[in-house]
Amino acid sequence: MQVNNEFRPTIVAFCCNWCSYAGADLAGTNRATYPADVKIIRVPCSCRVNPMFILRAFQRGADGVILCGCHPGDCHYTSGNYYARRRMTMLFSMLDYLGIERERTRVEWVSAAEGAKFAATMNEFVETVTKLGENKRLEDLRCKN
Amino acid sequence: MQELMKNRAIELLSAGEVDRVVGWKKGEFAYDCTPAIFTDANDLRDNFVYDDFTAPNLSKYLVAECKKGGKMAVFLKPCDTYSFNQLQKEHRIKRELIHVIGIECNGKADVDKIKARGVDGITGITSEGANFVVETIYGNETMPKYEVMAERCLTCKSKKHMVYDELIGETGDVNPDCGRFDMVAKLEAMTPDERFAFWRGELSRCIRCNACRNVCPACTCEQCVFDNPNSGIQQKVAVTSFEENMFHIIRAYHVAGRCTDCGECSRVCPQSIPLHLLNRKFIKDMNELYGEYQAGEDTTSRAPLTNYNMDDCEPSIVHERGGKA
Repeated sequence: MQVNNEFRPTIVAFCCNWCSYAGADLAGTNRATYPADVKIIRVPCSCRVNPMFILRAFQRGADGVILCGCHPGDCHYTSGNYYARRRMTMLFSMLDYLGIERERTRVEWVSAAEGAKFAATMNEFVETVTKLGENKRLEDLRCKN
Repeated sequence: MQELMKNRAIELLSAGEVDRVVGWKKGEFAYDCTPAIFTDANDLRDNFVYDDFTAPNLSKYLVAECKKGGKMAVFLKPCDTYSFNQLQKEHRIKRELIHVIGIECNGKADVDKIKARGVDGITGITSEGANFVVETIYGNETMPKYEVMAERCLTCKSKKHMVYDELIGETGDVNPDCGRFDMVAKLEAMTPDERFAFWRGELSRCIRCNACRNVCPACTCEQCVFDNPNSGIQQKVAVTSFEENMFHIIRAYHVAGRCTDCGECSRVCPQSIPLHLLNRKFIKDMNELYGEYQAGEDTTSRAPLTNYNMDDCEPSIVHERGGKA
């Protein structure tokens, strides 16, 4: 039997319930394809994502983390994504400052009507992270199998 | 200076204007002064101390003191007044209970730097112009201030008291050209590999003593996230490099926008990790991206992370900004 040793990244995508999660749904109903490496976690709003969530995802073996929310101005709760935007900018900047590859983290605004954009974003992000390889700098060896 | 402060404190205590005075007393050695609460004038007369080693920021001690009620007097250096304002903004202290005595500060000595020069048996310190005179059991040693001053004092952002009820000594000016972000900028200009190596070298020394958290005037949560028994990181030494990174990222993040850059975290670190560089990175980023903001400058403004603009930059700015990839 042939064993496929090709590296496949693990991607965690935090998707807001109101826009991006519906966008992912639409990508599915439209038969748009994106890699199965993307694991979607549904959150009520992009600002529900605590910086700790992102770090935890890396700890538990993620190679890239992407946060998807409603476009600025379209938040179901009026202003959640504005706060999330500032928070994530600060966190990503800090990760970059500590020398962790900046391409492993991303924020993308995907509305419920943008199934195609969701698929395209995920394809592109998976490709970027695959090139970077395994997450070594924020890994927790105890979580490796 | 010390006598002026001592007399004023005794005056306030004996006149019954305050129940207690928050100040400093000598520790086991001349250079490890500790914060102290004085309730008795005789105790104050014997033990109160203020010299070039009395670095601790007293603002945080007011949180516990305010819960006890009664009036108190506190001595605050210019940088401590920023922390005071910040605590007041967060409703952690009761302004009406506190009589703030602003005191002049010309920079504190770093005892590690003095000891690194081979000076031993330290019994005291005095200032003479641009020099510190360190008294030891072997005689006096004179050394230039800029060589043995604490790092945070060399890049002092302000000698101006943000709040006071009375002043002993002079209040100075804010110094925008203090160069406190120089080291951050230097790190930003490195490649990610160099940065990673630098921080691994620093953070891997962390013993998770939590001193940085306990001393921080911004860390006043009743229940800290790092004490949560379900977190898996409760009160124990970091097991992997991930936990070291996580502790320091989250600690700095929790005070982002509230950190007044008083530098206490770096001062108390027994492993001499430059923790202020993490806090300053957040301050620098917020200044650049969301407009100049100094925590503790006033008691009403909104901090950058509790505020937003419709046209804020996107997080992708981190990818686009300068600094090597």
